[in-house]
Amino acid sequence: MTTIISLIILGILVLFLGILKKQSWLLPVILTGLIAAMALTVMDWNSVRSFNNGMLIVDHVSVAFSVVLIFSAFLIFSLAAQYYRGVQRPLDDIYGVMIFALVGAVMMTSYGNLIMLFLGIETLSIALYVLAGSHKEAITSNEATLKYFLLGSFLSGFLLFGIALIYGSTGSFDLHQISLYVASCSGIYPTMFLAGLFLLIIGLAFKIAIVPFHFWAPDVYEGTPTLLTAFMATVVKTASIVAMFRFFTLTFNGIHGVWETTIWILAAVTILLGNLTGVYQPNLKRMLAYSSISHSGYMMLAVVAFSPMSNNALLFYTLSYSIATIMAFGILILVREAHGNDFFTSMNGMAKTNPLEAFCLTVAMLSLAGIPPLAGFMAKYYLFTTALEKGLVWLVIIAIAGSAISVAYYFRPIIAMYLREPNGIPLKVEMPYKIHLVFMTLLVILIGLVPVFLVGIL
Amino acid sequence: MLTQILILLPLALSLITLLLKKERTIRYFVLAGTLVEFGIAVAAFIQYKTMCHCQLQVTAGWISSLGISLKFGMDGIGLLLVLLTTFLLPIIVLSSFSHSYNRPAAFYSLVLFMEMALVGVFTAFDGMMFYIFWEMALLPAYFISAVWGGKDRIRITFKFFIYTFTGSLFMLVALIYLYFRTPLPHAFDFQSLYAVTLTPAEQSWIFLAFFVAFAIKIPIFPFHTWQPDTYAQTPASGTMLLAGIMLKMGLFGMIRWMIPICPHAVQQWGPAAMTLAVTGVVYGSLIAIMQKDMKRLVAYSSIAHVGLIAAGVFALTIHAMQGAVIQMISHGINIVGLFIVIDLIEKRTKTRNIADLGGIALKAPRLAVFFMIMLLGSIALPLTNGFIGEFLLLLGIFERYMAFSAIAGLTIILSAVYMLRMYQRTMLGTTNEITEQVTDLTWTEMAPLIPLVIMVFWIGLFPGLFLDTTLPDVLTIMSYIR
Repeated sequence: MTTIISLIILGILVLFLGILKKQSWLLPVILTGLIAAMALTVMDWNSVRSFNNGMLIVDHVSVAFSVVLIFSAFLIFSLAAQYYRGVQRPLDDIYGVMIFALVGAVMMTSYGNLIMLFLGIETLSIALYVLAGSHKEAITSNEATLKYFLLGSFLSGFLLFGIALIYGSTGSFDLHQISLYVASCSGIYPTMFLAGLFLLIIGLAFKIAIVPFHFWAPDVYEGTPTLLTAFMATVVKTASIVAMFRFFTLTFNGIHGVWETTIWILAAVTILLGNLTGVYQPNLKRMLAYSSISHSGYMMLAVVAFSPMSNNALLFYTLSYSIATIMAFGILILVREAHGNDFFTSMNGMAKTNPLEAFCLTVAMLSLAGIPPLAGFMAKYYLFTTALEKGLVWLVIIAIAGSAISVAYYFRPIIAMYLREPNGIPLKVEMPYKIHLVFMTLLVILIGLVPVFLVGIL
Repeated sequence: MLTQILILLPLALSLITLLLKKERTIRYFVLAGTLVEFGIAVAAFIQYKTMCHCQLQVTAGWISSLGISLKFGMDGIGLLLVLLTTFLLPIIVLSSFSHSYNRPAAFYSLVLFMEMALVGVFTAFDGMMFYIFWEMALLPAYFISAVWGGKDRIRITFKFFIYTFTGSLFMLVALIYLYFRTPLPHAFDFQSLYAVTLTPAEQSWIFLAFFVAFAIKIPIFPFHTWQPDTYAQTPASGTMLLAGIMLKMGLFGMIRWMIPICPHAVQQWGPAAMTLAVTGVVYGSLIAIMQKDMKRLVAYSSIAHVGLIAAGVFALTIHAMQGAVIQMISHGINIVGLFIVIDLIEKRTKTRNIADLGGIALKAPRLAVFFMIMLLGSIALPLTNGFIGEFLLLLGIFERYMAFSAIAGLTIILSAVYMLRMYQRTMLGTTNEITEQVTDLTWTEMAPLIPLVIMVFWIGLFPGLFLDTTLPDVLTIMSYIR
């Protein structure tokens, strides 16, 4: 609760700074505010409480994932100074809306009531529709926001319909009441409840970008301003997958059954299709879109396994995925700034012109591909262990095949940067941005080498 | 204590190298560093010999909740391979002095990083550590071949990476699967993994997963297709690392992890694996005869030689296993020697094409002598190191599979054919306009070859020291078979 309140205060503060025309104060205030919000969240660690008659439940899981979300937002905001360098228009609206989107994401990790879930998703989504179109002059940005809005609002309808059907069969929006109902069903559920469940899964699957509800992702990612794409690929995805898993843990309470086959198939299809399609992408941004789709497939492994370890595995995975993805987007911003596009050919010979940036992107790619000893490997390993413990051998084999395929596209920027001749335009990078990139690189390496801090805390 | 130093020293050196600027400084720093590393390995060997079976084990917790510990140590087999690695590294570094690489700091840093990963693989007592170092060895190998390689390097090295990475992922699944079958609390250390009891079906699956990972690395026919192209495109030092040391990772993995973990499946699938290995022996030899490029010829001969070693591992007799270990060492020494000689010839004549050469012995007698010695070691002439290994291998295979032994024995005849033909056409005969200007070896160029020649004869004449070191461990591993 303190997290949500502090973030809302931060958002309002940002808007006021805009009114007072203090543009240069924006980022320092936001970054400090986010650190403060993170600190306040961590202080909630030992207090499992529920607010407003169980609408919000703050427990270890919600605190941990809120920290991941705020931290990802922090990393993204640190890229903002370079991204919006030279932009004349005031930015308080974009930053404010981003923070409100973050509030929605935090609500999705700590809801105890389906209404709260819906409110969280809508807060997040409506903010995102605005953000996707925030580059008003660019036709691609307009296209992205329209696509995202039309499909998103349609799928929100699915979600709402699902919630209504669940309400119809259980008589409550409250997750605890629903869990009592599920327990009383003892394995045989009425059709209305099942229909509601599946509509709910579809609604969330759209937000996570799971095949076959992923068609929006590449186009929207490509059109959306890059900084906000990073936000979509990390914060939104983490929040949505956590929301899905939270629903199952709090209602099904260890009861395995009906929905798992569906999720199993979705995960397998997502991993295979996401990775296979990723191989054929011509530019880095679309490639990252498919990479993020396939990673949602991996995250689904934790949901399918549905074991006590799942939360921790998911935490580890979302954190290492988010850091590496934000790093990749950080370099993408630079490449687009220098070349006006992000085709792999634009990155040719970057290792000679910008060795540091090339190294950072390499670490990010290797981590996403899951190569030891980086964070991405430990995360994948943890996830596979969780899944294999539940005997999901085939799903893990599919995931491993996916990882092998993914190397094919994660290596394309590496090959372009190290093995091809430079095309002459070095990237212009400011010192703070470099430090930020190095910080994230070190984080990816350190999480891989010393994962003890993240293992077993949930 | 020595084990940690052996792993951490190359890593530290690798990071320091990145900070150095001048090529000359870097070279001598790296050479000195690798020599110190070799000295430590020798100290470890002496310690192991004098206080036997202490295994120089070190353990530290890492992720205890996932059963992964930093457990390292050396049994006789691992120790010999660590010695091989640390012995070859200074030689490879020394031989690289005749080239000038772009960005030398990055190059030598990768070489040292690779040494760290290789030592880690050979000393890992924890399954997950083994996997992590196994993958870590792949990255420097890829970058060395890809960045400093020949003109078709991008496609070929990528194939190499995908191939080996995919293979090792299967091993990862097998390891995690085994982890859950270990008694509580689950652990990855080798004793727990050895102790797992599996049903025959499970053993077969685990065996296949390991086999694919190791067979790609070794490489065993038909998983070898990445190898000749990669060797041909990789810079000389990279080829030496790959052929001399890295492919031993696969053979070592078979002996150290695969056989004790799934002994029944190894026995059951042994004849099939043996067939593949022996096919590789004949296939590699026949193709080597047809090669026009010296480096490719040696690459295919390597497929034949390691095919024989793999066959020895699957023969599951004490002699064959002993032979496999000693031949791993010998093959490392001989192939590095051959690649150094070929590199020196290429440097002088700008070609590796056998048909373009001839009569070099007239112009460069010292080069011809060194070439001859490395070549004789490679074709297993008695009194050389290759003879000891191949004799034990063929003897061991014969004890169990007479027919396979007969076919595998062809390797000695065939390797004599292609090696001596290569020698005859490049070294003997009359000089032509390309070889007219060839100069003989300088002392700097001979420096890396001399220790190799000493080892060829040491192992060839007095193999007792090496065989005694591995015997207890070979017996231990064989005890899992019965």
